[in-house]
This record gives sequence, structure tokens and C-alpha cells, in this order.
Amino acid sequence: MLAVFVGFEVITKVPPLLHTPLMSGSNAISGITIIGAMLSVSSSNQLTVILGFAALVLATINVVGGFMVTNRMLSMFKKRD
Amino acid sequence: MDVVVDLSYLVASVLFILGIRGLTHPRTAVRGNLLGASGMLIAVITTLLDSQVFGSGLGSLGFILAGIALGGGIGATLAIRIQMTAMPEMVALLNAFGGGASAFVAGAVLVDTAIPGAQALVATVASGIIGSVTFWGSLVAFDKLRGLLLPDAPVTFPGQQVLNGILALVALGFGAWLVVDPSATGAYLAIVAIASILGILLTIPIGGADMPVAIALLNSYSGLAAASTGFVLSNNILIITGSLVGASGIILTRIMCKAMNRSLINVLVGAIGAENEDAADADTIYEGRIKRTSAEEVAMLLDTAKRVVIVPGYGLAVSQAQHQLRDLASLLETRGVEVEYAIHPVAGRMPGHMNVLLAEADVDYDQLKEMDVINPSFGQTDVSIVIGANDIVNPDARTNPKSPIAGMPILDVDKSTSVVVIKRSLSPGFAGIPNPLFAADNTLMLFGDGKQAILELLAAVQENA
Repeated sequence: MLAVFVGFEVITKVPPLLHTPLMSGSNAISGITIIGAMLSVSSSNQLTVILGFAALVLATINVVGGFMVTNRMLSMFKKRD
Repeated sequence: MDVVVDLSYLVASVLFILGIRGLTHPRTAVRGNLLGASGMLIAVITTLLDSQVFGSGLGSLGFILAGIALGGGIGATLAIRIQMTAMPEMVALLNAFGGGASAFVAGAVLVDTAIPGAQALVATVASGIIGSVTFWGSLVAFDKLRGLLLPDAPVTFPGQQVLNGILALVALGFGAWLVVDPSATGAYLAIVAIASILGILLTIPIGGADMPVAIALLNSYSGLAAASTGFVLSNNILIITGSLVGASGIILTRIMCKAMNRSLINVLVGAIGAENEDAADADTIYEGRIKRTSAEEVAMLLDTAKRVVIVPGYGLAVSQAQHQLRDLASLLETRGVEVEYAIHPVAGRMPGHMNVLLAEADVDYDQLKEMDVINPSFGQTDVSIVIGANDIVNPDARTNPKSPIAGMPILDVDKSTSVVVIKRSLSPGFAGIPNPLFAADNTLMLFGDGKQAILELLAAVQENA
């Protein structure tokens, strides 16, 4: 609960400049479902494994794609001096 | 071992929050993103070494690694290949996958657990509904952004809201059935199917310029779906992280709604502009008062300017003119002109769209000014160049209380000495209303494709050297 409160405080401070990376980055973080998917894939129930595998692929796309595209975007925000 | 797992998850959660904190400034943002990614790596490795997963045999581990390799390959390819102008689509896709993953996990757990507790069942229903709505809603948003099957414009039909309400109730009804009788896995399928239709119906009435709200809201849903899945698994890191993302999406949604002076409900019901089509009105406003200009004329204007503000809109992304625009700005700067960019919060198709686009073109982020910061300076601006934007510079929002966009905060370009509007035609923007700015005494219209117009302007300014 505390974490969410702290998070809320932090998020309100993100400037509009970085709203898109905030979305793609938080998207990557919401790929935390990957953990649930891994647990499901290790089940002994076949249907659970199949559903878990589908979830695993989607969540991994979210995690890898999200962090990578955010990194790509952020590295473009430069300051010329 | 459980203590170690809990501790690692805690570390990962802290890293996520530190990661988001990095995003509060462009200088620390790259590092912040890396912190978030390392948090995720820790969480994944911890789960992999968890006895429940590690002890499940080589076959399961193989499946897990295969799934990660497949998803990682697709994710990396998307992230590397996607064009910066297509970033709204990318975010929409990521939202979709997040929601889909949650719905799948909830289903997987349901068929696996002998007798789940009531809390887990309620959470399963929530995951199924939110996850499916997010998945299909985001795919519709993706489709609209790409312009594939569905039109950019709102799609509405009579009784749409009533139908949505009924569908939501039916889905909840099946949910109640599942909570009472956990063996009724068919009910979960029904929930997912109905929520899928609901997701589509909820998103089709949302038109192009309202996309920033829809994308931010779906972003929030994908977090809420992950949080519900956390309750299904009684897994704290999912609950915490999902709530964080949910909160982030809600905050963005609120900012976007405020920037349009509309309520969330109003945006979701959609179809602004559908009834406001009034051609005669446009004629009386524009009749004989439009001043058409040429690149040469604008170049002469820029020749004497000391301060120029560029106002980009979605049209800039469509014509992909961001690099040419940057070249023009750089050229003006070498001649001692002060150039800044005015960014309206809802310009483009997602929160922050214009910033990403201009950052790609190597525009210094210090030159990208927020609306509240730059608005007071238009009075001291010699030339404002509006490219591909319309409603966000419509003075009617300030002066005409009857206008459908009345009260929406706008960029006060009309207060600058001269305004140059680069636009294909006089066609209305998303709100479907005429823009008195185009007919103002200090406004010149430069008709044409954004990129072409900027290139001509660039050449004309160079010739004036």
C-alpha cells in the first residue's frame, strides 16, 4: 500500500515531456504478470500449461518490447550544449 | 527460501519505483528505465529459482525458456523495428498484450486449482473482465491508429450505451456464477467472450483526437488487470506493480481530460463533433477573410523575426515532417532567431506524442515548452508557425461559450504578431468546427502537405541569406 502511495507521488512529478516513455515503461513493468505465467507453465495440469505458455509469450513481449522501446525513445531526448 | 523470494520481490518493487522516479527528468530517465529492467530481471530469476518452478522438472523449465525466448524475440523485434511515428500503435499493442496475459494467467490458475478461495475467484473474474476488455479495446485502438479496418472517426449506433451496460451486467452475472460454483470453468470462457465484445464496443466510439485519453486509460486497465491477477495468485509484487501502473494510467487519463476540458465519461461516450457539422457557419467565418500566402512571403516574414514559436499537431506526425521542421528551426537559430516549440498536452494521438516525435528529430528537449509555460510569451512572439494542428489553437475555446470545445485550454498563438498556419485545406479538425484563427487579420494560410511546405519554406529562407 505504501509502495502505491509513494509511486503515486512519483508519477505525478513526471513531466509531460516524458509521458510517452512513462506509458511504455510502465507497460513493461506491468509485464510482471510474467511471474504468474511462469508459475502456471510449471503446473502439472496440461491446460494450465498451455494457457500459461500463451500468457508467458504475451507478458515477455510486454517486458522486453516495453523496456527496449522505452530505452530507444529516452536515448533520443538529448540536450545540445 | 520463501524469505529470499519475498525479499527479492521487495527489491524488485523498489527498483520499479526508483525506475519511475528516474522518469521525472530526461537526464536520469535512461538510468531509471534500466533500474526498472533490472528489477524485472531479479523478479524473473527469483521466480525461476523458486522451488515450485525449479522443482517442476526439466520439461517445464524448457517450456518457460522457450516462451521467454519467443516473447523476447517478438518484443525485441517490435521495439527495434517500430518507427517513432508509429509509437501510439506500439503502446496500444503493449497494453493489449498486458491485458491478454492477465486474462490467460487467471484462466490457467482457475483450471489448475482444486477449490480456490472466494477472494481468488472474485479476482479471477476481475482479471478475466479487465484483461479481455484491455486486450480487445487496445487492439481496436491499434486498428484505428493504423487505419486498417475501422475508421479514425467515432463509430456509434443507437442504444450503444445500453448494450454496453447489459453486456457488463451479463459478464458480472457469469462472474457471480463462477464464484458460487468454481467448477463451472465454462463461465470463465463466457466472461472472457462477453468482455471481449465489450472491449471492442467501448473503444469504437472513441475518435482520433480522443485517442490520448483512450490510450492512457487502457494503460491503466493493463495495470489493474495485473493487480487482479496478483490477487488470484496472492502474489504481492503483482499487486503492488499492477496498482502502480494502474495509478500511472489514471493520472495520465486525468491530465488528458483536463487538457480538453471534458469529463472522462464525455470522452468515453465519444462522438464529439458528430452533431456540430455546420457548413454555413464555416462559410460566414471564412468568407473573403482567408489570406493565402506563399513560402517566399513567409520567408520574408521570418527574415525580420526575433522570436518564432512552432506549434506542432498530429498532422506533423502524419506528414513525417519532423526532420525538415528541425532543419528549418536550426537554420533560423543560426541567424540569431529564438525558436521554441509549444506542446499542447493532447497534441497527437497519445500523451507526449509530439515530444517523442521532435526528440527523434534531435530537437533539444529544453526547447519543447509546455502550454502553461509558453502561453504568456506569445505576446512577444513575432511569428507562430502552426503545423498540422487545429482545435488546440482555436480561439473559440476561449471566447465562444457555445462552442463544443468551450473552456478547453488552448495555445494562445493568435496573440503573436503573425501566425502562419500550414495545412492542407480549410477542413475542420476533430471537433468538426471552423477555426476563427484561420480568418484572423494576423493569420496567413500556407496550404499544402506539411513536409512539402516546410521544404519549400526552408529553400526560400536559405535564398534570403
